[in-house]
Amino acid sequence: MIEIENLTKRYGPLAAVEDVSLTVERGRIAALVGTSGSGKTTLLRMINRLVEPTSGRVRIDGTDTAALPPHLLRRRIGYAIQGHGLFPHRSVAQNIATVPRLLGWDRPRIAARVDELLDLFQLPPGEFRDRMPHELSGGQQQRVGVARALAAKPDLLLMDEPFGALDPVIRAQAQADLRRIQRELGTTLVIVTHDMAEAITLGDRIAVMERGRLLQYAPPREILTAPATPFVARLIGTDERPFHLLSLTCVADLAQPGEAEGPPLAPGASLRDALALCLWSGRAALPVEGGGVVTLDALRRAAEGLPP
Amino acid sequence: MNPAAAGTRPGISRPALLFAAVGLTGLALPFVQFRANRIVGGEGLSLPDALGPWGWAAAALVVAVLLALSRVPPRAALVAATCGLLAVTLSAGAAAGALVPEGDRIARVSLGAGFWLLLAAFALALADALSRLALRPAWRWALLAGTVAAIALILGTGLLDDLSVMREYAARRDMFWREAQRHLALAFGSLGAALAVGLPLGIVIHEAPRLRGAVLGVLNVVQTIPSLALFGIMIPLFGWIAASVPGAAAAGIAGIGAFPALVALFLYSLLPVVSNMLAGLAGVPPGVREAAAGLGMTRAQALAQVMIPLTLPVLLAAVRIVLVQNIGLAVIAGLIGGGGFGSFVFQGLNQTAMDLVLLGALPTIALALVSGIALDLALDGLDPRKGHA
Repeated sequence: MIEIENLTKRYGPLAAVEDVSLTVERGRIAALVGTSGSGKTTLLRMINRLVEPTSGRVRIDGTDTAALPPHLLRRRIGYAIQGHGLFPHRSVAQNIATVPRLLGWDRPRIAARVDELLDLFQLPPGEFRDRMPHELSGGQQQRVGVARALAAKPDLLLMDEPFGALDPVIRAQAQADLRRIQRELGTTLVIVTHDMAEAITLGDRIAVMERGRLLQYAPPREILTAPATPFVARLIGTDERPFHLLSLTCVADLAQPGEAEGPPLAPGASLRDALALCLWSGRAALPVEGGGVVTLDALRRAAEGLPP
Repeated sequence: MNPAAAGTRPGISRPALLFAAVGLTGLALPFVQFRANRIVGGEGLSLPDALGPWGWAAAALVVAVLLALSRVPPRAALVAATCGLLAVTLSAGAAAGALVPEGDRIARVSLGAGFWLLLAAFALALADALSRLALRPAWRWALLAGTVAAIALILGTGLLDDLSVMREYAARRDMFWREAQRHLALAFGSLGAALAVGLPLGIVIHEAPRLRGAVLGVLNVVQTIPSLALFGIMIPLFGWIAASVPGAAAAGIAGIGAFPALVALFLYSLLPVVSNMLAGLAGVPPGVREAAAGLGMTRAQALAQVMIPLTLPVLLAAVRIVLVQNIGLAVIAGLIGGGGFGSFVFQGLNQTAMDLVLLGALPTIALALVSGIALDLALDGLDPRKGHA
């Protein structure tokens, strides 16, 4: 659990982050969203003290981060950044082993951990262990970057626009992989993004920032249906709102008894997928695997933010 | 395709035409100078004059090779240029042998403008052929080693012994090798000292940007002081230190000799070493630094494990600059009794014995060329992509 209390960072008279307080529960994902210059990256970097706060404090599982030397603190916190920041002169295995080596793990333990992570990120160890970063594709580099951040099994992972350099197709896959891995490991995750869609896809809660201030910190549904300020509403984009809302719920939650024609939808598919299929195939109801149907009427209600 | 590829199609390549023009001009100028003794003015002799009927054959061969160079593929041009270089060099040796009467130790045959122009023409053609061939590094290493071995072999066979510069060598064989050692010690010693001081200094001014202006400013000023002026400052300064500080003289400090020469070379080497170290560190991609800090490396760990290894290509470039510069500059050590090949150069200048000057200049040039090429090859061997995130 991370507790951020009245955190402020000033550069001269300018406040990059102004009196921000928020709590991220253990095992949850918090997405920091905002335009550039909103202070979201500064806030993230104050958590691992790459930026020293002017005032306020951060507690991780009850321990004040100011109580530890910064480099020791950072070894306990995973950190992944845009453009991956891999060390170009070190192999994939050596990159991933960075923090375990700093922590003084023994060789067999490091080697086992590297292979475990490569497997987790679907990079066959035999093939990828000894490659150099420049021999990988952008998506692979990004996965190695996240694997490196997770190498010493941190309870907390910080990510700064980790998918910013990826093309849309790989990006969607990377987001899905990250969610899967985060659920599997139970890691607490704070991720900075300027992309509202990414925040909605990944975040259990979304923190919207503007000019150093925290405007709203709430679950995605609440951000979408009850934006705290006009700025939050603008950031969501009014034309995207119904689709974002639909993407939050899966078909199984909206299914009702009934019968319909056509191939059945997976229960885990999002309502957004269901709507797209309805519109494309010209049908008013779709069958769901394991029984029940999703109707266009129910989808319409969901898109307005109404309960099923 | 690269423009050099144009030279491979039938027809006349413009660079080859230039080489031929240089070579033919060389053929028209005196190939060697014959003098009755070391000091008097000489008589210029063309290749046919010097070698008789063999000379005409050699000249015809040279003309044929030069003209052929303009229309052959690079591989053949390489062979032709190598043959040309060998022919010119061996002709000079043969000419000297033919001109000097048997047993005469006083008459001198020195190399003329024609020889140098012909040598330049074939060397240019060779360089052109090599760049067009774009050989793999392993082959280029082999070629470099082969060239050095071939030169040693030719000198060892004694085919050139009648040339004046070799006469000067024969008269000073022991001294030559002693000065060669001294020359290398000056060049490499100052390089080592510059690295030992310059690399940490580069790291310090990278970490403390406020010192940057002052340090680079001082080194820039040092770089602009002419070497003679630098000696002018050092000779009295070190002379005084040696005389007045106990133990200083015993430690090798002296106003003249190798010590001030070493200090001068060291000072001239500092700027390239320090500024390349700084540029190398500044060139590490921001994402890489950020990752090093974010993963929990201390400042020292980030420098030692990430930043400094990434500066390696830039550092090797600095070593190349400094080594080639110092091999050349070490000649001035001869001016203040510091030894090295410069001793021959300045002795020769004093005696107006140009062949003695050559005895110092030629090995200096050869050393600089070989070390420059070797370090270039080493630089090429580093994977350029490894230096970038």
